[in-house]
Amino acid sequence: MTRRRVLPGLPLALGITLVYVAIIVVLPLGALVFKAASLGPEDYWRIVSSDRAVASYRVTVLSALAATAFNLVFGMALAWVLVRYRFPGRRFIDALVDLPFALPTAVAGIALTALFAPNGWFGSVAGLAGIKVAYTPLGIMIAMSFTSLPFIVRTVQPVLEDLDPALEEAAQSLGGSDGSIFMRVILPLLAPALLAGLSLSFARSLGEFGAIIFIAGNQPMSTEITALLAFIRLEEYDYQAAAAIASVLLIAAFMMLAVTNLLQARALRYTARN
Amino acid sequence: MKIRLDNVVKTFDTFRAVHGVSLDIESGELLALLGPSGSGKTTILRMVAGLEYADGGHIYFGDEDATDIPVRDRGVGFVFQHYALFPHMTVAENIAFGMKVSKVKREKAEISTRVGELLRLVRLEGLGERFPSQISGGQRQRVALARALAVDPKVLLLDEPFGALDASVRRDLRRWLREIHDELGITTLFVTHDQEEALDLADRVVILNEGRIVQQGTPQEVCRAPNSAFVVSFLGDANRLPAEVLSGKADLGGTQLAAPDLADGPAEVYLRPGDLEWSNTGSGIAARVLRVIDRPDARRILALTESEHALELDVPPETEVGSNDRGFVQIRRARIFSKSASGA
Amino acid sequence: MAQKKKPPRVGDHPAFRRCLLAVVLTLTALVVVAPLLVIAVQAFSAGIGVFLATIADPDTRHAIMLTVVTALIAVPVNTVFGVAAAWAITKFDFRGKRFLLIVIEIPFSISPIVAGVAYLFVYGLQGLFGPALEAADVKILFALPGIVLASMFVTAPFVARELIPLMQAQGRDLEEAATSLGASGWRTFFSVTLPNVRWALLYGVVLCNARVMGEFGAVSVVSGNIRGQTNTLPLHVELLYHDYQTAGAFAAASILALLAVVTLFAKVLLERQGAGRAGRPTLAAPQTLKAETLK
Repeated sequence: MTRRRVLPGLPLALGITLVYVAIIVVLPLGALVFKAASLGPEDYWRIVSSDRAVASYRVTVLSALAATAFNLVFGMALAWVLVRYRFPGRRFIDALVDLPFALPTAVAGIALTALFAPNGWFGSVAGLAGIKVAYTPLGIMIAMSFTSLPFIVRTVQPVLEDLDPALEEAAQSLGGSDGSIFMRVILPLLAPALLAGLSLSFARSLGEFGAIIFIAGNQPMSTEITALLAFIRLEEYDYQAAAAIASVLLIAAFMMLAVTNLLQARALRYTARN
Repeated sequence: MKIRLDNVVKTFDTFRAVHGVSLDIESGELLALLGPSGSGKTTILRMVAGLEYADGGHIYFGDEDATDIPVRDRGVGFVFQHYALFPHMTVAENIAFGMKVSKVKREKAEISTRVGELLRLVRLEGLGERFPSQISGGQRQRVALARALAVDPKVLLLDEPFGALDASVRRDLRRWLREIHDELGITTLFVTHDQEEALDLADRVVILNEGRIVQQGTPQEVCRAPNSAFVVSFLGDANRLPAEVLSGKADLGGTQLAAPDLADGPAEVYLRPGDLEWSNTGSGIAARVLRVIDRPDARRILALTESEHALELDVPPETEVGSNDRGFVQIRRARIFSKSASGA
Repeated sequence: MAQKKKPPRVGDHPAFRRCLLAVVLTLTALVVVAPLLVIAVQAFSAGIGVFLATIADPDTRHAIMLTVVTALIAVPVNTVFGVAAAWAITKFDFRGKRFLLIVIEIPFSISPIVAGVAYLFVYGLQGLFGPALEAADVKILFALPGIVLASMFVTAPFVARELIPLMQAQGRDLEEAATSLGASGWRTFFSVTLPNVRWALLYGVVLCNARVMGEFGAVSVVSGNIRGQTNTLPLHVELLYHDYQTAGAFAAASILALLAVVTLFAKVLLERQGAGRAGRPTLAAPQTLKAETLK
């Protein structure tokens, strides 16, 4: 901060940045918080703790946890396969991993619904086994898994690529089996990246809307996610309730950010110097 | 444990890194593999460890053919060039790793006792709870050594053990490694490109070039009786002058040297700077001083002979000499190799 | 003499390798490839005639136009912001830099529905400026400006987060050298900075564009879903779908799916130029944006 400015353009660049951030990001979120705060604690609490709202939190959080757990295993496996193995079509798969980011969520939503509806390609097969996917929490979980899959792959993949082969060789020369080397050496070194991916994946799942509403069935108390409840309150012109429920999602997102940073600092404590 | 390499070959893609190397390492010996980069020395070390598989030949540990034994069952202690310490484990956890993952189950107390012993051995008492990022380079090197020793290896292998350290730390650690070796008596093989390190530390030095063993022997043998021009120039500074051998004598344009075993024809004479003397008058190769470089223990004269060959010679500090002085170079010792056989 | 394989690394056991590959590839086919296929199949399920009729429908064409116009406004503005933010953050030290970075990243972790609702409380009738805008007869919500603003919110970090880690890694030396040789600020930016970050910039722009064109949640709150007027293409897909015009919905969706495929293709090409790598996680600090930029 004592450094003298050599380069020009700070006032202009910082000016544009601050104006944009203020108008586009801070103002709306501020307005939302203001609106929610203007409710008063009792009304606010009544809205956010209503049975329907609580049921929506439950289905959203549980589905997001399940989706994240699925992605943890599948995403890790996918990253491992892409980094460690050479097989035909590897680059194609590598490019496809980002499809859930590139595909608009509404399109993903109707595509997944078409696949998992009782008469769909997968839905009919699952139906034979007596499993209903579309219009159940399982469908919500699948939509969440789809939209958040790239997070874990893309955070783990580069770290796995950069992992020093000598660490594995050292562990092997000390007599470690594949399993123990993975659990004791590789996994702990991936942990910070994995944690970052998990939290991004979970946060995305909590807030996802477009991909879910088509497949979810949207029955209050059972398959209605929190984002949809906020949307419904808007359509009912119940703006205060919409503000309150949206603020819950906002708080959840901020809490996720804080928890992630804390966990990451802990996971990385070994890099700190004395 | 006695180690034997029998005609070991290794090829990477199309590049042949090791050409049929055979080598015996006696039990308890401290042996240096010395060579320039690309000489195959690290590949040989990694094949002994089982980190690379030989394409041909055999490696015996004692009487057992270890060629195809995977690294995790081979029972070697390997110290990596950059140590490869597990960054997320403390020093003590790093040292304990091999005992924890071993098929032989050990009690927790037993492991921690052993870790304590090893920390004492490598003089790192009290640093067990630090992470590798919190200790110095020299300390990391010692942790890597303790970690490798923890599993009671049959042989200790070190890849450029001092390569990543400052010169001052290097010298101390070298002496200290020698002490540890003498204390434990473990067969030890290390790789280096630094001839001083090899000569200082090893019982026996194996000099490699382009995937082949050029010469092996005690430091005294390789220093006193280098068998090729490559060994002479690799082991230290040497002047090179062309000569002509005729009936047991090498002629350097007036100066004659005995060359009893060489065939007639062109040859090269290798002269260490310390094996030359300078005098302002008298006999020898006439030369002119270009520059004098002063060092604490000697003066080095850069001179040019009348036949326009550059010579470097080390003379005692009290020698009075300056730029453009004319004088004579006398040869006390020389190595002469036939041009065809010199290989350089 | 036959060459032997490298000693196996962790997970290289042939049986394990085959099993893992089989499981992963099957799951990828089911989870990622199948949705793409089903779109194509469904789009043409009622014949090419229905497909073409959907595309030629005035409402669809209007939705496409609106989506393109939104992108044409939101993406360039966002790009200017991203470049300005990256320049300010990486070439200067000032108080509050850390906080600014966090604020820029916020939209990335917030539900698009929350974004939409938030905009309602700024420009809606029940919002901060609603009554004033109504009085002045300026329409922001349920019109193009609202759609553009909501799109800019959800994509605010896209360009900046590609540029910041890269420009941070490149340091200030080149710019300082150019300035010391007498180049003006603009000249320095266009002939020194920009050529070094052009692929990363393009990468950010491509991702930003894909998100703007595909945004659903935030836009669906602020657009009002007026058929043929404020329906963007993703909203139009929903409308057709809920009208039980499944083939039509998939036909419209196939345009967006094609956009996604083109985006992926562009992404691969740009990654070959080295874009998209600067901000990637490393062993030491998984979130480079947070760790390195904040010295």
